[in-house]
Amino acid sequence: VAAYLGTRQRLPLVATSLVCIILYAIACGMYANFSSASNFINFFRNNAVMGIAAVGMTFVVLQGGIDLSVASLVACGSISIAMLIDHSHLNPLLAIAIVVIAATLVGAFMGCLIHFFDLPPFLVTLGGLFFYRGLGLLINEGRVDLYSNAFYHALSNVPLHLGTLRVSNALPIYLFFGTLIVGVYISLMTSFGRTVYAIGGSETSASLMGLPVGRTKILVYALSGFCSALAAVAFTIDSSSGDSSAQIGMELYAIAAVVVGGTLLSGGVGQVSGTLLGVMIFGIIQAILNFQGNLSAAWTKIAVGILLLAFVLLQKLIQPRRASW
Amino acid sequence: VWPLLALAGILLFNLIYDYRFFAIRINEGHLDGNLINVLKNGSAVMLLSLGMTMVIATAGIDLSVGSVMAIAGAMAGVLIARPDYAQLSSINVHGNLLLILFFALGASMLVGVANGLLVALLDIQPIVATLVMMIAGRGIAELITNGQRPTFDTIMPASFGFLGRGFFLWLPFPITIALGMSLITGLLTRGTALGLFLESIGNNATASRYAGVNARVMKIVAYIWCALCAGMAGLIGTSNLAYSDVNKLGLNMELDAILAAAIGGASLAGGRFSLAGSLIGALVIQSLTTTIASLGVSSDVSMVVKAGVVVLVCLLQSEKFRSKVTSLVRS
Repeated sequence: VAAYLGTRQRLPLVATSLVCIILYAIACGMYANFSSASNFINFFRNNAVMGIAAVGMTFVVLQGGIDLSVASLVACGSISIAMLIDHSHLNPLLAIAIVVIAATLVGAFMGCLIHFFDLPPFLVTLGGLFFYRGLGLLINEGRVDLYSNAFYHALSNVPLHLGTLRVSNALPIYLFFGTLIVGVYISLMTSFGRTVYAIGGSETSASLMGLPVGRTKILVYALSGFCSALAAVAFTIDSSSGDSSAQIGMELYAIAAVVVGGTLLSGGVGQVSGTLLGVMIFGIIQAILNFQGNLSAAWTKIAVGILLLAFVLLQKLIQPRRASW
Repeated sequence: VWPLLALAGILLFNLIYDYRFFAIRINEGHLDGNLINVLKNGSAVMLLSLGMTMVIATAGIDLSVGSVMAIAGAMAGVLIARPDYAQLSSINVHGNLLLILFFALGASMLVGVANGLLVALLDIQPIVATLVMMIAGRGIAELITNGQRPTFDTIMPASFGFLGRGFFLWLPFPITIALGMSLITGLLTRGTALGLFLESIGNNATASRYAGVNARVMKIVAYIWCALCAGMAGLIGTSNLAYSDVNKLGLNMELDAILAAAIGGASLAGGRFSLAGSLIGALVIQSLTTTIASLGVSSDVSMVVKAGVVVLVCLLQSEKFRSKVTSLVRS
């Protein structure tokens, strides 16, 4: 067991799990009802949208890139879906399909720019951030409600049964765990997933090994676009609306969740399953602040910042030994 | 040359579309007009891009500038609007511009020190280190204002109001601040060897260390300077608003500043920078926004245009793209 846990790949993940468990245990000790199942579910309910986008982000980061466009895409996607349904009277499923396909194609386009012209991912996806935010605001400057739509009404009433507990509007949670499981599968069991790790480790070695570097890089950004579109769907279900100014700055929280989940921003090291822990730690911090009651939201930001710093320092402790091999 | 061409292109478009864009009139004894507004509204991004350029030259990046703006604004707001905070022992801070500047810019520079230490001493990737300060910074700003929004429209000391609303030589004072800081930064980097050191660190940190450049100190200086510029931008913004908006002030401004530096020809990989280029880059962004506003089109269009500009600038700077285009032209 020690050999398994001790490998460099898994050490950050182990550390994250420990922090997660310790945080949870302390919180359970401090507040009554913190250990309740409904509170546990809330960790994911409140962060499902960010979590789905973070799964896609994990692949981009593992490959050694970054995607700043996810938050704007969630907003733009949600308003597009809402307008397609509310104004164009499209079938909701068709509207969702259009948005998901479009987002995947735009993601692939960004990947092409990054791969074929050797552009910095930071700037290209920054362009994506502006583009999606502007496009969303152009489509509709504000919120469009979907309460009256029968299909969405049904979607937002999907419950989650856990023993005697019944959580309403649980579809975003299912979506998050679905994306996560598929993501873990892709990263560990497919040749695409292994190529992502290889490119993140060293792009030159990967291409010398004959791995399809270009195709994989483009696919990674397409995958991130796809996940963000799913997050947009989760957002429309969760809030029964589309909102073109929603989720501002969420991309950086998604990156933070990925890093806290033990994935190195330099690429090649990390686990998609770690992102689950990253999202859960976010949820726990939010819940602690809720239970405490007298702390302002400011402390969430500071706590997240401190945790992020702690994890990066921890990764630094692990990394030099890796380099000296 | 590219950024100048871009700026000229935007201005030319305005000249053809509506020459009145260039009209500068005298309004209540000072200059007014679209061009002046471009300079005035662009002064915050100009300031940010100055510091950002120095950081980018060292192959770094600073995502925290927006949060630093909020911190500086929060500090000033609390000192002005909350006499109980401002009563430090026997000194009355309220109305004492120097003390307000000292505390607000001091707090900003502390963030810069933290960024610099994380990057230079602990060797953390700049994007992560400053992401930490970006997220925590808004929290800190919120703590400073205690979650409230200190409003001081009626009790704002004239000296502080002058920062954002005053006029110097018929021009809005923010322009003076931005130009003054540009001059100082330019003298520091190009008048001394500082600029060369920064570039050498960005090119090859190890080699420059062997050459006797203290890379750590240089990096820390760059981050402190960046935070100082951001703090000034935050004070201008707060003075303009006459309240401290912890959540909105400087939001997404870090991206504009990075974009300005990139338009100006700085390489995000480090080792190359041009202060003049970054300033022009900032003006390109602002004149785009102002032009689109003066066309009467929704301001949301400017974001889509900005996206196009980002991609275009990236492509123009990409070696691969240029060689492909030239080979196309030759064949």
